[in-house]
Amino acid sequence: MEEVGLLMQGFAVALQPDNLLLMMVGVILGVLIGVLPGLGGANGIAILLPLTFAMSPVSAVIMLSCIYWGALFGGAITSILFNIPGEPWSVATTFDGYPMAQQGRAGEALTAAFTSSFVGAIVAVIMITFVAPVVAGFALQFGPPEFFAVMFLSFAAFVGMGRGKPMKTLAVMLLGFLLAAVGMDAMTGQLRMTFGQTEMIRGFDFLVAVIGLFGISEILSSIEDGLRFKGQKARIDLKVVLRTWAELPRYWLIAARSSLIGVWMGITPAGATPASFMSYGVARRLSKHGKDFGKGRIEGVVAPETAAHAAGTSALLPMLTLGVPGSPTAAVLLGGLIMWGLQPGPMLFVEQKEFVWGLIASMYLGNIAGLIIVLVAVPWFAAILRVPFSIIASLILVVCAIGAYTVNNAEFDIVLMLIFGVIGYVLKKLDYPLAPLVLALVLGDRTEEAFRQSLLLSDGNLAIFFHGWLSGSIMALGLAMLAWPLIGAIWPRRKAAAAA
Amino acid sequence: MAIQQIAGREADGPMRAPEGVATAEGFVVPARDSVAGVSVRTMEILTSLGFAMAGAAAIWDSLRLGAGWSGDGPQSGYFPFWIGALLVLAAAANLLSVARAGAPQRKAEETFLSLEQARTVATVFIPTCLYVAAIPFTGIYVASAVLVAWFMVRLGGFSATRAVPAGIATAIVTFVVFEIWFLVALPKGPIEDFLGY
Repeated sequence: MEEVGLLMQGFAVALQPDNLLLMMVGVILGVLIGVLPGLGGANGIAILLPLTFAMSPVSAVIMLSCIYWGALFGGAITSILFNIPGEPWSVATTFDGYPMAQQGRAGEALTAAFTSSFVGAIVAVIMITFVAPVVAGFALQFGPPEFFAVMFLSFAAFVGMGRGKPMKTLAVMLLGFLLAAVGMDAMTGQLRMTFGQTEMIRGFDFLVAVIGLFGISEILSSIEDGLRFKGQKARIDLKVVLRTWAELPRYWLIAARSSLIGVWMGITPAGATPASFMSYGVARRLSKHGKDFGKGRIEGVVAPETAAHAAGTSALLPMLTLGVPGSPTAAVLLGGLIMWGLQPGPMLFVEQKEFVWGLIASMYLGNIAGLIIVLVAVPWFAAILRVPFSIIASLILVVCAIGAYTVNNAEFDIVLMLIFGVIGYVLKKLDYPLAPLVLALVLGDRTEEAFRQSLLLSDGNLAIFFHGWLSGSIMALGLAMLAWPLIGAIWPRRKAAAAA
Repeated sequence: MAIQQIAGREADGPMRAPEGVATAEGFVVPARDSVAGVSVRTMEILTSLGFAMAGAAAIWDSLRLGAGWSGDGPQSGYFPFWIGALLVLAAAANLLSVARAGAPQRKAEETFLSLEQARTVATVFIPTCLYVAAIPFTGIYVASAVLVAWFMVRLGGFSATRAVPAGIATAIVTFVVFEIWFLVALPKGPIEDFLGY
């Protein structure tokens, strides 16, 4: 059990006082971000990323990943108390969480949500602890064709497993690739698609895109129908917590199943949002009380929260081991790695042991800290939504603008952020998924590089991707994923029902 | 609460919330069908065309660079060319599915954005555009102070005596956090110059 020893070293890193402090700060900031509309995990981290340049990479990643855990926890608060999902993955939590709060069982719902989030996360972290080194060791043998195959599989999985229409997913993804290609071509030094504009030479920074797509667009869409900031009362005392905890073990099967769904959906880059819906759907269909779902069943909170948190956490596995993030937030963290001068991918596990294991250890600790903080501080976090929207919205706009500017110290990026905000607003309203766009923007350059290097090896023969058994089988799996919607169209559609 | 004020203030006519609806949750969302505004169908078509145009631009530029094979491997335009081509195809497929879905079920023509919603969104969007446009001239601090104060007065119904100090406080806190604490320089304008920063 080499992992256990390494994990212990990781704990030694994560338990250093300043790292512990950053962990707390991260979780609290994260919950805040999760609660506020317009600030999600992905763009919250994107905004704060430039501030971490001065920190050591371990401390920086500990703080940022704790923001992510906090945001995962925070999404549940607004879902249950206000019926406003603070994050897309907590939409499914509103189905039963809000009715429970209306019946005066808010404390119970919140305790159930936080606890199941915690369980899902811990399952995923344990999985990461033991699976990540294996995957990384395996990936050390990867050459360019295998890396391209892995990227191909990730993107194919979006098309095949995502909730949107496959063609729409494909379109946004390709747009992401194109945006990534804008600017200087790293291999030949030529300028691509700048159309003579000097501002375009720098290309599109995905952090700016993330802030616009997830931040500005969120503000625009939340204003349009008028935000209903009318919440249920939140009171959690020890008695409610203990009573709920006594009740929760009864739902171990749902939790176990949801964790599995979450872990699986998190590794394949389908992400936390579909995981939460799928897990809710499965729980409803397999339950004896399926008809009562949506009227305030506690299982309806346990299932999506467990899955969302498991997926959100396990999305870091491919990010760490392969350099292929499983979610937009993981993609932003990956961008952080590159900025801190670390090369994402399997070599991390060889060269940056302290970083990797410090991060993994901080996942355990961060989630424990998160659980305690949210249970204790729910009323305060809920109070934030009672601050008038005019104040929150303007502050978020200012924070987004600052975040976009600090990425490259470029005023033009603030304009780009606004443009991405409008694009994100329109696309979201038309059910175009935004995550594939962000991931393609992040991975575009590396995907292209792997593609071109492979073609160089084979002298332009595309068959190289199918030569090695490894790249060949990954490519085949990817093609199967791409074909999945076609199969689904012919087969009677049960998937849609499960996701509803 | 805030939203009701947004509704109440900006609506000098049709958008005023009905009498007696004094709370935010009473703000009635206009019915989704048969309202003046942009339909989902129109937006779907425009978006698909936008995607297709992006793809076409990529193809065009890639051909300029060379999208083939040179002595030292694939040329710069190789990858974007094919991505652009696929994007045009995907956009065409989306366009086709809109066209096909449209004819039989016209009755449920969904609204993408009703006129009222557009007006509400504009109350946030237009000040934001002005804010972004002002940053190169005034710097980010002054612009932010004005934005916060403007939002509070116009959308939140706060009095100027509360909004203006709040805006200035935002700017000062931001300044302290970024310029002094984190040593991150943000865009500055004439006022900061005058003060010696």
